[in-house]
Amino acid sequence: MATIKMTVNGRERSGEAEGRTLLVDFLRQELNLTGTHVGCDTSQCGACVVHVNGEAVKACTMFAAEAEGAEVVTVEGMANPDGSLSVIQQAFQDHHGLQCGFCTPGMIMSAAALLKDNPKPTEAEVRHYLEGNICRCTGYHNIVKAIMAASGQDVSAVAAE
Amino acid sequence: MSVTKPLPHDSGPLHVTGQARYVDDIPTPANCLHLAFGTSSIARGTVTAMDLDPVRTAPGVVAVLTADDLPFANDVSPSIHDEPLLSVGTVHYVGQPIFVVAATSHHAARRAAAKARITYAEEAPILTVDQAVAAGQYFDDGPRVWQKGDTDAALAAAPHRLRGRLEMGGQEHFYLESHASMVAPQEGGDVVVYSSTQHPTEIQHKVAEALGVPMNAVRVEARRMGGGFGGKESQGNALACACAVIAVKTGRPVKMRYDRDDDMTITGKRHDFRIDYDVGFDDTGRIKGIDFQQYTRGGWALDLTIPVADRAMLHADNAYLLDHARITSHRLRTNTQSATAYRGFGGPQGIFGIERVMDHIAHTLGLDPIAVRQVNYYHNMGPVRAGKVSGNTTPYGMEVRDFILDEMTEKLLADANYADRKAAIADWNAKNPILKRGIGFSPVKFGISFTLTHLNQAGALVHVYQDGSIHLNHGGTEMGQGLFQKVAQVAASRFGVDVSLVKITATDTGKVPNTSATAASSGSDLNGMAAKAACDTIRDRMANCLAELHQCPVERVRFEDGKVRVGDNEMTFEQAAATCYQNRVSLSATGFYKTPDLSWDRAKGQGRPFFYFSHGAALTEVVIDTLTGENRILRTDIIHDVGRSLNPALDKGQVEGAFVQGAGWLTTEELVWDDKGRLRTHAPSTYKIPACSDRPEVFNVELWDGENPEATIYRSKAVGEPPFNLGMSAFFALSDAAAACGPNYPMLDAPATAERVLQAVKRARG
Repeated sequence: MATIKMTVNGRERSGEAEGRTLLVDFLRQELNLTGTHVGCDTSQCGACVVHVNGEAVKACTMFAAEAEGAEVVTVEGMANPDGSLSVIQQAFQDHHGLQCGFCTPGMIMSAAALLKDNPKPTEAEVRHYLEGNICRCTGYHNIVKAIMAASGQDVSAVAAE
Repeated sequence: MSVTKPLPHDSGPLHVTGQARYVDDIPTPANCLHLAFGTSSIARGTVTAMDLDPVRTAPGVVAVLTADDLPFANDVSPSIHDEPLLSVGTVHYVGQPIFVVAATSHHAARRAAAKARITYAEEAPILTVDQAVAAGQYFDDGPRVWQKGDTDAALAAAPHRLRGRLEMGGQEHFYLESHASMVAPQEGGDVVVYSSTQHPTEIQHKVAEALGVPMNAVRVEARRMGGGFGGKESQGNALACACAVIAVKTGRPVKMRYDRDDDMTITGKRHDFRIDYDVGFDDTGRIKGIDFQQYTRGGWALDLTIPVADRAMLHADNAYLLDHARITSHRLRTNTQSATAYRGFGGPQGIFGIERVMDHIAHTLGLDPIAVRQVNYYHNMGPVRAGKVSGNTTPYGMEVRDFILDEMTEKLLADANYADRKAAIADWNAKNPILKRGIGFSPVKFGISFTLTHLNQAGALVHVYQDGSIHLNHGGTEMGQGLFQKVAQVAASRFGVDVSLVKITATDTGKVPNTSATAASSGSDLNGMAAKAACDTIRDRMANCLAELHQCPVERVRFEDGKVRVGDNEMTFEQAAATCYQNRVSLSATGFYKTPDLSWDRAKGQGRPFFYFSHGAALTEVVIDTLTGENRILRTDIIHDVGRSLNPALDKGQVEGAFVQGAGWLTTEELVWDDKGRLRTHAPSTYKIPACSDRPEVFNVELWDGENPEATIYRSKAVGEPPFNLGMSAFFALSDAAAACGPNYPMLDAPATAERVLQAVKRARG
């Protein structure tokens, strides 16, 4: 066991971890940040996406020790400083981009990473980008719509309703 | 009124901020133990030796239990006590739990479980339909037959006759949250169970049996699941029972979460089916007589195979009036996971059978597949169309009184511009030798109610506090479908207040007892009515109190717009609640509901098993690559009947998600067992769930503007399962594209993977 330090959601945090401890287990068990979910345990479903030094990472693919000294942001750090929902979070809420909610934190983190690099993505780009995030409930329609809306684009064409 | 409003899911703000708690997110108590099962590596045989010493001495291990260590019932079956929690020496599938390890962490338990040395006397497993039939491995004492009319005579007299076979695969639920349970031991041997379950009462029941205590010693709480889809109706029993036994044995809290591989290997899936059909029909495609043989692999234990297979029989007609029909169902025992509930519960499998028949007839006669379907539809509500020869009854003798697919189909075809697009596709196919397009249609008529009649009941518990806030509890569980939100909207409407005044609370067997599983799409029908009854009881008490105080007739007390109007006086709901409290009015009530007018004789296959039917129709266009079998869904148009929607946004979300899941079942989602009975597709790397890029490029979903003729909650209809069937339109579009390659019927089977599409193209070419 070793003590690992990192900045999580703007705060210096530290905890104990074995060399083989995954980042997702460190966040969930040592830091009690349970918003980052474990869906498939094998880096495919995307429920555990967090940002490490500004990049979207599947936290079940990375050792906690690899994040030593890094800037980590989880879904718990995505709200505005005053506690209100960020634009992306609000868009998921307003456009019904969630059902059971288990994939939602990973979707929000992936969406934020996409919009940082590509502030006005096309619908096709959103869909392509989200291939590593599985949702079993929604059929993705409202998730795509939420991300398009969060990018400030008109979603009337996405939403045939 | 808050009903009918498209309000967002109540947990939305918690989900987008990561605050929503699933079982594995509940703060783990100090000294909590974590469990893992050690499982069978063979499909059939006997354990001849088991060395668990390496497991016991592994780091962090606190206890290792086998069947002999279980204090009371060793059974997690939801039906006939044929499913031991831990093997009693014989093993029946690869993945069957044999022992359980308790350790100080989830990973320590899993690592330790892998160290067991087990030797077996192996027997040849029964894996396929043919093997099970040959070995006489039947559940339910052999095949079950339900029939109407004289099928043999009708077949013999029909102008045309066809025989065919359709194979369809099962389906992994892949709820994003795998199974999880946590048990906290209490004083006097009681336990509190937190479970990711659709059926808290059954968890309570099985845990009580496992501990040898009455049900009142066990309280089960379930706030939410990360998806269920039927997979959490019975399959959570094993985790809860294992946790409870070890919690009581050690006096420590115990938690178990299946790793995804374990979840896919251990738990049951949708039943796969083979359907053989023999159909006679006339020149218009009207069916004169039909014989179905349905075969399904139920896996090693009974679980819910009988009601699943029954529902497949009950949906063998789908939307079509059959004058002469015989349906034979073969429920087979195999050395595979015990197949279980999955959205539709056998209904989709039965429906898929007759939809293939419609498609096959149309190809044989050179008719439009939609026209053949329309000529076979049940009589509509309203005027009876010409050409139908018998009463409007199903093969099980239920009169169909609420059929609306004629108008729905006509609207869908007009809105989606079917005639022009069909011509454009034919034109496009004539010009393109490699890529071929196809268009497919599928309607659904789905029966709503549990076929085990006594399950059609629900309870609710409502409190109004003296500050006017409302506490709502009912027997339904939340798995993402928005049930809690819908029922809260009902409660808010009864009191005429904003839905924000209603606190939605976790399902709890200590608050509402003897609940049915949240299944069969029945959640809002049953629990909405129960909550309404509870609210109305309190509202009537409040009205009587206020009427007396203000000397006005009780009929003049109205709850609306956040106000209570008593004659000419007006007060806020909060003031009204405080006044009633001060006047010693009970502001707490239970509500109960049972679905009326059901009567079902399962042995005869006759009666009214369903309260009503839900309807829908879908039209899907695809393109296939005839060199590789790869394909894309280009456009889907859906019109779906949810009666008068309690919440159109949530209902539309259910329709969209169900379509994609249904299309996934019949296209990309392939379960593969090898000849040793090992499931080779036990992770999303090998089992292909639809991704964001797989959904239709154009996706139009519309809710039918109507109301339920039956007196359901605010005249709404169930929504969870029926639209799942609309995914069939994608399958028939793929078949249509394959058929564009040659003169023969493609005989496409499901799932229509790229490989199967390619084979279908070859069959079409001949």
